[in-house]
Amino acid sequence: MNWPSTLKLVGEQTRYQVLTFMRSPVGLFFTIGLPLFMLVLFNALFGDGTVDTPAGSWSVQQFYTGGLAAFTAVSATYTNLVNMVPIRRDDGILKRWRSTPIPPSVYLTGWILGALSIALLGVVLQLTLGVVAYDLTIDVAKVPAMVVTFVIGVAAFAALGLAVAGLVPNADSAPAVANATILPLAFVSDIFIPLENPPRWLDLIGDIFPLKPFVNSFQNTLNPLVDAPGFTWDKMAVVIAWGIVGVAVARSSFSWEPSTSGSRRDRRRRSRTTSAAI
Amino acid sequence: MAVVEVRDLRKRYGDIDAVAGVSFEIAAGEVYGLLGQNGAGKSTTVEILEGHRRATAGSVSVLGNDPAQSGREFRDRIGIVLQSSGVEQQLTIREALRFYGSCYRDPRPIDDVVEMVGLTEKIDARIGTLSGGQRRRIDLALGIIGRPELLFLDEPTTGFDPVARRESWKLVQRLCEGGTTVLLTTHYLDEAEHLADRVGVLAGGRLIAEGTPDELMAAAPDATISFELPAATSSDELRIPSTASIEAGVVRIETEFPTAVLAEITAAAVERGVELVGLSVRRPSLEDVFLQLGNDSGEAPG
Ligand SMILES: Nc1ncnc2c1ncn2[C@@H]1O[C@H](COP(=O)(O)OP(=O)(O)OP(=O)(O)O)[C@@H](O)[C@H]1O
Ligand SMILES: [Mg+2]
Repeated sequence: MNWPSTLKLVGEQTRYQVLTFMRSPVGLFFTIGLPLFMLVLFNALFGDGTVDTPAGSWSVQQFYTGGLAAFTAVSATYTNLVNMVPIRRDDGILKRWRSTPIPPSVYLTGWILGALSIALLGVVLQLTLGVVAYDLTIDVAKVPAMVVTFVIGVAAFAALGLAVAGLVPNADSAPAVANATILPLAFVSDIFIPLENPPRWLDLIGDIFPLKPFVNSFQNTLNPLVDAPGFTWDKMAVVIAWGIVGVAVARSSFSWEPSTSGSRRDRRRRSRTTSAAI
Repeated sequence: MAVVEVRDLRKRYGDIDAVAGVSFEIAAGEVYGLLGQNGAGKSTTVEILEGHRRATAGSVSVLGNDPAQSGREFRDRIGIVLQSSGVEQQLTIREALRFYGSCYRDPRPIDDVVEMVGLTEKIDARIGTLSGGQRRRIDLALGIIGRPELLFLDEPTTGFDPVARRESWKLVQRLCEGGTTVLLTTHYLDEAEHLADRVGVLAGGRLIAEGTPDELMAAAPDATISFELPAATSSDELRIPSTASIEAGVVRIETEFPTAVLAEITAAAVERGVELVGLSVRRPSLEDVFLQLGNDSGEAPG
């Protein structure tokens, strides 16, 4: 008997990851539902305003759709992986997979492609809501830039998610780590609040970490003031660099064994309640 | 050639020797049982053989491989039922078997596996809705889905009702008839008696006895008869043997022949019209066997 082809294995793994995710109401709500709700909320609150960014002044509606779509992509990859990998690790599910002949690279690819699929779903829903309800216009000439930005971004944030998941000591601390790393950054990364003339250091923090470069790059592909093709390579270079760091760290930090500290068996099920702080 | 060869295996955790120099071999087609109390080092030993943990010292060979260095080929030939490991609650049994089965070269058909472990009626139920024993059977199903040559079972029947336990024994026996080699750990002597061709008893990380189940039982202590000595009755009046111990009014008699001793004593009690409160006969439990073996080897197990 021959080994199943890598393509088939990767396909099965991706299907498996998407299916288990789709059956987790909490994850679905925070990843897909909440950003959609925020789009509705922000538009209701700041509907007719304009936003000033370094690129110029543009409508609130387009600004928020792009930013929240990018945030959805980050939630679906980084936040979800940091939360879910330690849970499955502590439940002994990773160890169970390690007991099978699946190559570790294929297993991890499944996590990444699963996250990418969920990100894609979230982004498409977000943009659809933007177009249907909030006059968002998508410039066909900038779609390639949007797709490329999306793919690079989710790959980098998935790698970072796996890296941090490996560093998280156990599933109980995972939600705190995920939120503590992503939420403060989100506030200085033009997602919830457009920062007009922020203090220099806040600007710098935003520029050093990958969230704001990714969000801005994605927003640019929707920003009417930016001409096609709409690539923002200097910012994406920051994202790519972080992605490479993520891959390197994930390679050494990833573990299949449940954490020995703490009680994993009687641990409460995933508590992502802190995410509700948004 | 032996399927499993373990020589002077050691595993240290901090300053505990979880496994302190264990050697044994398992021949092809054999069922080998590792018995031992909590913390004896069973899981540590088994997981080193599975490739999940690294030995501190000693050598192990499993199917001709060093499990610490082996990859895909090796894992395709073994099946693993861990002592405790979760499974995706969101999936149905069919889905889980499909996903896990898809990584093997030649997986068993899902319907066959489900039938073998007795979960046919639950095949489309979400795993989260199943009982503990039913979930344990999924562990078994996932252990055998890849048609393993060597199956590791770490306390496979813990949490099973008596019927399910017998069923799973039949399953293991059926697998053995097909030539599968099995390494089993258990706390249950009857399970080892039933399934294992050979048994090794672990205590404190050492193999303190090895042999067929019959040889092992022969080393077990005698049965214990105990009851409260009735007031104003002497032990002579009840014809209690001189080997008995009497402590705080409770008589304890260890004997190889509990039927005869009991007949003597109860007859005497009936003649005198006294009732023996708390009368009981206790067969040696696995615990006793362990303790006995532990004492014989000059150290307390566990
Ligand atoms: N990861 C670990 N870190 C530290 N100590 C460990 C670890 N795993 C096992 N031990 C210790 O090694 C010893 C043997 O443990 P092991 O799990 O092998 O016992 P066991 O025979 O399987 O027991 P049980 O019947 O309870 O499953 C115990 O004292 C345990 O505390
Ligand atoms: Mg154990």
